[in-house]
Amino acid sequence: MSEAGAGVMEVTSARRIAWLRRRRAFGHAWREYRHHLPGMVGLGILVLAVAMALAAPLLADESGLRAINTVHNPTFASPAKFAPLGTDALGRDVLTQFIWGARTSLLVGLVATLLAVLIGSIVGIAAGFFGGKIGGVLMRVTEWFLVIPFLPLAIVLAAILGPSVRNIIIVIGITSWPQPARLIRAQVLTLRERDYVDRSRALGASNWHLMSRHILPNVSPLILANTTLTVPIVILSEATLSFLGLGDPLNPSWGQMLDDAFESGAITAEAWWVFIPPGLGIVLVALAFTLCGTALEEILDPRLRDRRG
Amino acid sequence: MSARFVGAKVAGSLVTLIFVICFNFFLFRVVEGDPVANLYRGRNLSEQQRDKLTKQFGLDKSTGAQFVSYLKETATFNFGRTYTGNAPVWEEIKRKAGPTIALVGISAILSGVFGVLLGIAAAWRRRTRTDYSVTAFSVGTYSMPDFWLGMVLLTLFAVVLGWFPVGGLQDAASDATGLSKLADEAHHMFLPCLTLTVAYLGEYAIIMRSSLLDTMREDYLVLARAKGLRDVMVRNRHAVPNAILPVVALLAINFGFVLSGAIAVEAIFSWPGLGLATYEALKGPDLPMLQGLFLVFSASVIFFNLIADLLYGYLDPRVRPA
Repeated sequence: MSEAGAGVMEVTSARRIAWLRRRRAFGHAWREYRHHLPGMVGLGILVLAVAMALAAPLLADESGLRAINTVHNPTFASPAKFAPLGTDALGRDVLTQFIWGARTSLLVGLVATLLAVLIGSIVGIAAGFFGGKIGGVLMRVTEWFLVIPFLPLAIVLAAILGPSVRNIIIVIGITSWPQPARLIRAQVLTLRERDYVDRSRALGASNWHLMSRHILPNVSPLILANTTLTVPIVILSEATLSFLGLGDPLNPSWGQMLDDAFESGAITAEAWWVFIPPGLGIVLVALAFTLCGTALEEILDPRLRDRRG
Repeated sequence: MSARFVGAKVAGSLVTLIFVICFNFFLFRVVEGDPVANLYRGRNLSEQQRDKLTKQFGLDKSTGAQFVSYLKETATFNFGRTYTGNAPVWEEIKRKAGPTIALVGISAILSGVFGVLLGIAAAWRRRTRTDYSVTAFSVGTYSMPDFWLGMVLLTLFAVVLGWFPVGGLQDAASDATGLSKLADEAHHMFLPCLTLTVAYLGEYAIIMRSSLLDTMREDYLVLARAKGLRDVMVRNRHAVPNAILPVVALLAINFGFVLSGAIAVEAIFSWPGLGLATYEALKGPDLPMLQGLFLVFSASVIFFNLIADLLYGYLDPRVRPA
């Protein structure tokens, strides 16, 4: 496909060359990724989890999430008595909650991460590219937000905004951006001094052109790896915030299921089937994102290449 | 270390602390509605009573005046009274800090020590079964919500097997003193401490492993071997002391979370510390208590970040400005 096209001089524009080069680089990265065992295991788990979340309406009836529809079910029935995963304190089927919980947990994990990385990228690229006064001020603000302890801040914000899935996304998004910002700034600082940036500037490129056409494409592999490694942290934060009672009881995530289990006395009732599945779900998905992110980092960052194995 | 380096770091921390104190004021002013109404939710309140309470909370003054009085009160550690028990917030925090510092402090040290040992074992026997098991265990526990691990351990070891108490700091019925009281408290602390240690150990092991792998490529290790040092000597004298720097910094930074690090785990084990206090304050919500807790948590993180910076400057001369 593109290999021949980029070599032979039938190319029409610089934009096309750049496009072909990127496609080829992507092909290379994917071929390497395919041979990365932990990375492929992580990807496999993620595909399954996302498929389950998307197919939730086909797999389980949403009405099973509301206690009003489950009054005829036994409470705290073990998997042996109520197949396949038992019921909770309100008689709700654990499997139904688990399947629908994947939706909320993944949604919050992905959207909140995107929000955090978006803010982090804008601040990081601006701080690195402009340097001087603007960069200094942006970095100072980033450092301030880095030292404010994440969980207490998130708790306070969520308590102030009120419990809901949207608010949890906002809270995690605006408390998690400083780390990506710092990482991206460091990378931009080295890119800014490259010859091709100087050349483009000498040809009269605007700051916007330099940032969007030269800096952004070159930091995007790093942003991708960093995004993937941020998702598990966000999923764990969501679980903790929901557990502390800041989630939406009507759209239960896996963290919310753990909160319900704890509050309803599943521990003293020895009803392990209520809290083992959501916990395992969180562990598996967080682990899968970590495996994928580490694999991406090793493939995309040449300095880490020999750390593999 | 030059006085200038220390001075700059201390000044930077003070500026951050002032930022957090100001942030704390405005953060809690975002709360929708009027605190008087929030506090007396659903109860009948005459106009007179309302006016009196508004004056008592200082809400009749302008935001500027409120800010000035907030700064004065904060400087004298007067954080107001809790909604739930009407006790001074600062006294509550002081009373509950002890159990939290004991629990999280001990777990932080244990996870640091065991994490470093596991990391060394994994890196030194790279690509062996030891390495793979340590890495799998570390990444696995790193992906685990700490409070879920607590729920599992509590159910298994306290409820099903009955080896440990299900929660609290000591046996309510016992009036033991001295050594037996200490033993009782240790018995209560075992499970939450195990939970936190296992939950945080993975991070140290991963960082120690990759730091040691980087160090193992250095030329001076080849030299150390070439001059005939035994493997153990190469590891303990040359590799580990250099590789341990990032772990020491991480340990110092994590100590900043000694007050706020166990909110959910304390709730699981009803450990009567600041974490459980946060959990309970959230249910209200008890805003003065939350505000005080947030300030104390942030101050502790800032303080230990400063310690980490100074420690790093002391241990690694490259960090110090020339």
